[in-house]
Amino acid sequence: MLAALGLEALGARFRDGSAAPSEAARDYLARIEALDPKVRAFMTVTPDVALAQAAEADARFKAGAPRGPLDGVPIALKDVLCTRGIRTTCGSRILEQFVPPYDATVVRRLREAGTVLLGKLNMDEFAMGSSTENSAFFTTRNPWDLGRVPGGSSGGSAAAVAADLAAATFGTDTGGSIRQPAAFCGNVGLKPTYGRVSRYGLIAFASSLDQVGPFTKTVADAALVLRVIAGADPMDSTAAAVPVPDYRAALAGGVAGLRIGIPREYFIDGMDPEVERAVRAAVDVLRGLGAKTEEVSLPHTEYGLAAYYLIGPAEASSNLARYDGVKYGLRLPGARDIVEMESRTRAAGFGKEVKRRIMLGTYALSAGYYDAYYGQALRVRTLVARDFQQAFQTVDAIVAPTTPGVAFKIGEKEDPLQMYLNDVFTIPTSLAGLPGVSLPAGFTLAGLPIGLQVIGKAYDEATVLRVAHAYERATDWHARKPTLS
Amino acid sequence: MAAPRISPEDVRHVARLARLALSDDELERMRAEMSAILDYMDKLRSLDTKGVEPTSHSIPLRNVMREDEPAPSSALDDMLANAPDRDGDTFRVPRIIEE
Repeated sequence: MLAALGLEALGARFRDGSAAPSEAARDYLARIEALDPKVRAFMTVTPDVALAQAAEADARFKAGAPRGPLDGVPIALKDVLCTRGIRTTCGSRILEQFVPPYDATVVRRLREAGTVLLGKLNMDEFAMGSSTENSAFFTTRNPWDLGRVPGGSSGGSAAAVAADLAAATFGTDTGGSIRQPAAFCGNVGLKPTYGRVSRYGLIAFASSLDQVGPFTKTVADAALVLRVIAGADPMDSTAAAVPVPDYRAALAGGVAGLRIGIPREYFIDGMDPEVERAVRAAVDVLRGLGAKTEEVSLPHTEYGLAAYYLIGPAEASSNLARYDGVKYGLRLPGARDIVEMESRTRAAGFGKEVKRRIMLGTYALSAGYYDAYYGQALRVRTLVARDFQQAFQTVDAIVAPTTPGVAFKIGEKEDPLQMYLNDVFTIPTSLAGLPGVSLPAGFTLAGLPIGLQVIGKAYDEATVLRVAHAYERATDWHARKPTLS
Repeated sequence: MAAPRISPEDVRHVARLARLALSDDELERMRAEMSAILDYMDKLRSLDTKGVEPTSHSIPLRNVMREDEPAPSSALDDMLANAPDRDGDTFRVPRIIEE
């Protein structure tokens, strides 16, 4: 079955003529129809778009002129990425009917690379959450245990790859929203360096942290897609003009002689012992492959979470001010003046967590509190970034758990602070703007995936992926599939 | 237990700034949750950050300049297509200025 294959394997089938893009598209659409009612990864399925794009890819292969390694492969996008003419909800009532007038740069690049769009994926509203339970529409299920969350906020993206409902998907990571769901669903989730991928057309949550990245079945697939989506963009001045290497070629070479740091502060009281055991075993595997491992210290780790939950909401409160019922999105009728219209529209259109963060951010930025909260958080952000700079003087990459625990039960974490703690190991990297990948590193006795995180220097995704690839080749966790029938 | 750090008046004020019409129940729940979250944030105050520069962006960025060349902008109809209420080529909103 074609739907079991990753991007690279599928592309090889297209090139040797043993399969065609439209066959793959039909396979995936049939699988989505059969299984998505259980998994609920998709917000919108786009069969017409998929079949039309696949037919065009068929013709290119038939003519012997495919566009590149991604031509004809079926993908899906988190519903935070704007797609021209295709509804983009951001998981929110306030954008329930929003049809973007343009494509995000990432979307355009994927289209130009020949990919086939299967649809848009569920997420926590405005990417705020760790479980998809904050989606205004429904909760996505973890394919490994349908009673558990897939993680979030890009939960639909992770679940779709785990259930073979797309060959690869795309999500966004602000404080862990790619890496945490990838860990919970047992796939590869890459957050590139801040500035590596254009944010144009990505609906903003926290602009100094948001970054687009892929969910894939293998590390090699992540390397292939990163090359396609990365690079400078005239539409986003923060997308840096740093050369984009051939990440796929850079995977070769292994980890022999590479210096890998293990951060002392990422093994904390209260973490799941099965996660700790799996990550320590993964370090042994890397050592066995010739890496030089050493303990490093990132002393401000425990402050990252508090700093993040001030900076993120502060930026969100400003970014989400645009939802005022005027230019697009929901408007509640019957208001006497514009302030009442805006206030009632926003109260009706935003969910609980989004309101909470807007309130928190507005408070942290308001007169009298600005320096004590927001200012202090920005200074702590500097300390967190310095920790990494210090560590990277002696090591080439850092290896750690992605999350302190595995996928939790739907409805289990009701207290917002408990939910926030999920991101404790992914947030520091985000604050420092560094690249990180989560990849499968084992399973608990109950059969739930465990994620290993590899963190690198700014713009050094090549080393991050190389370490991940070496580990993946030495293990077979990535080959396991959930049973869904 | 310490006295609640955010008063009902504080929450009401912030909700007004944020343009959120919250019910009394919502305001009270928000007050309790924000207080608990801000208690947790207090751990930041224990850090001495004197002399530490704030980081508002993780990567050093200078102004990115380009040539100022005129180019077509987005089509008017595309931009108005999502408007909840429009009047010809303009967005229509409820009254802003009192008569």
